[in-house]
Amino acid sequence: MKVSYYPGCSLHATGREYDESVKAVSGALGIELDELDDWSCCGASSAHMTNFKLSVALPARDIIAAEKRGLDVMVPCAACFNRFKSAQHHLKTNDELRGEIEEMIGASYEGTLNVRNPIDIIYTDIGRDRLRSLVTKKLEGLKPVSYYGCLLLRPPEVCGFDDYENPIMLDGLMDSLGAESRPWSYKTDCCGGSLTLGKTEIVVRLVDKLMTMAREAGANCLVTACPVCFANLDTRASKDTVIPAFYFTELIALALGLEGTDSWFRRHNVDPRPLLQSVGLL
Amino acid sequence: MTTFLKEVNDRMGGVPIQNCYHCRKCTAGCPVAFAMDYNPNAVIKMIQMGQRDEVLKSSTIWLCASCETCVTRCPNDVDIARMMDVLREMAIEEQVAPREKNVLKFHEAFLSNIKLGGRINEPLMIALYKLKSGDYFSDLGMGLSMFLKGKIKPVSPRTRDMKSVRQIFKSTKK
Repeated sequence: MKVSYYPGCSLHATGREYDESVKAVSGALGIELDELDDWSCCGASSAHMTNFKLSVALPARDIIAAEKRGLDVMVPCAACFNRFKSAQHHLKTNDELRGEIEEMIGASYEGTLNVRNPIDIIYTDIGRDRLRSLVTKKLEGLKPVSYYGCLLLRPPEVCGFDDYENPIMLDGLMDSLGAESRPWSYKTDCCGGSLTLGKTEIVVRLVDKLMTMAREAGANCLVTACPVCFANLDTRASKDTVIPAFYFTELIALALGLEGTDSWFRRHNVDPRPLLQSVGLL
Repeated sequence: MTTFLKEVNDRMGGVPIQNCYHCRKCTAGCPVAFAMDYNPNAVIKMIQMGQRDEVLKSSTIWLCASCETCVTRCPNDVDIARMMDVLREMAIEEQVAPREKNVLKFHEAFLSNIKLGGRINEPLMIALYKLKSGDYFSDLGMGLSMFLKGKIKPVSPRTRDMKSVRQIFKSTKK
């Protein structure tokens, strides 16, 4: 299958490992990625928290460009995914706003674009059986908890995929790789997101709780699909609570024996290699 | 005369916030309520009571992380997360000094970075934030370590068609 690709700003910076692992995994699974030309930032939390119209107009520029290609768009970043979905919701339900934004951008909004996260594409379109058949190194000994955070799932009528209180797709993907995902009640709890610079102490408290609860659930790592969550998990946990975090695509790549995993793991702030060595995966 | 309640409802344009019957599910599920001066459901009541100054000067509106747990669980579909967005917009428009200054400085730094290059360049955005907030020293070690690991690069590609991005900022400016 072929999809448009919107990496967003994080995946070109602190979320590099996510970008590189999404590309590697897509290649191995036969998903052709065609990056959207000349994309711009979705505005993230800062736009909708301070200027509603801007928060719809910024992703609308990218959505309208993507619509012209007639392909679904893959948006790996949970924050970008949420802003794209939310903009579509407002453009669909508010005619006056849509008119204003079409004029601003100088093109019309058709409402034809399918915005999709790679969790959904891999789980639904590729399927767990196919994924399982490609595994060359079972992730035995790895006990991840799936951490979705907020922006992939809420509000559910806007995001529209997986169960919003107890999502199961990531667990399903991890189990297909031979990992033993651990059940826990914190899959969709918040990490504090963009408060990480302005109110660091709040993020430390939320991340420490996530780490503590993950350990209590018997996990030895966390797996996520959000660069904001990843950055907070990887850099804000206190020393006595921390366990490593992974992007889910890094673990798929590891299980499929793809190139590049070592260079991604090296860049984590919390080095996951001792854990991987201890369970014989490195 | 327009009441504070009507103003907030008009801006939100969805379910009227007075549909809230104070079951406190929003507050119970709010990950940041422990740090707020007023609980999310209390803010609804304060708006109904016309307590404009207290609400716009509260820490609550800046500490809300927009995780949307409240609206997802509200039995009456009151969009509390959107209500917080609206209250922040009102506070900014009326130039009310924010109780949590650095949270607003972060948003300003983030948006001015998009205005400059169409995309976020993380080192530049953080530098802009540090200049605005005066918080020069926190996370320096972390930043250096990320730089050495090649996680952050000083230069990253910008959007070429900056005219269209600037047009969006111009047309949505208040």
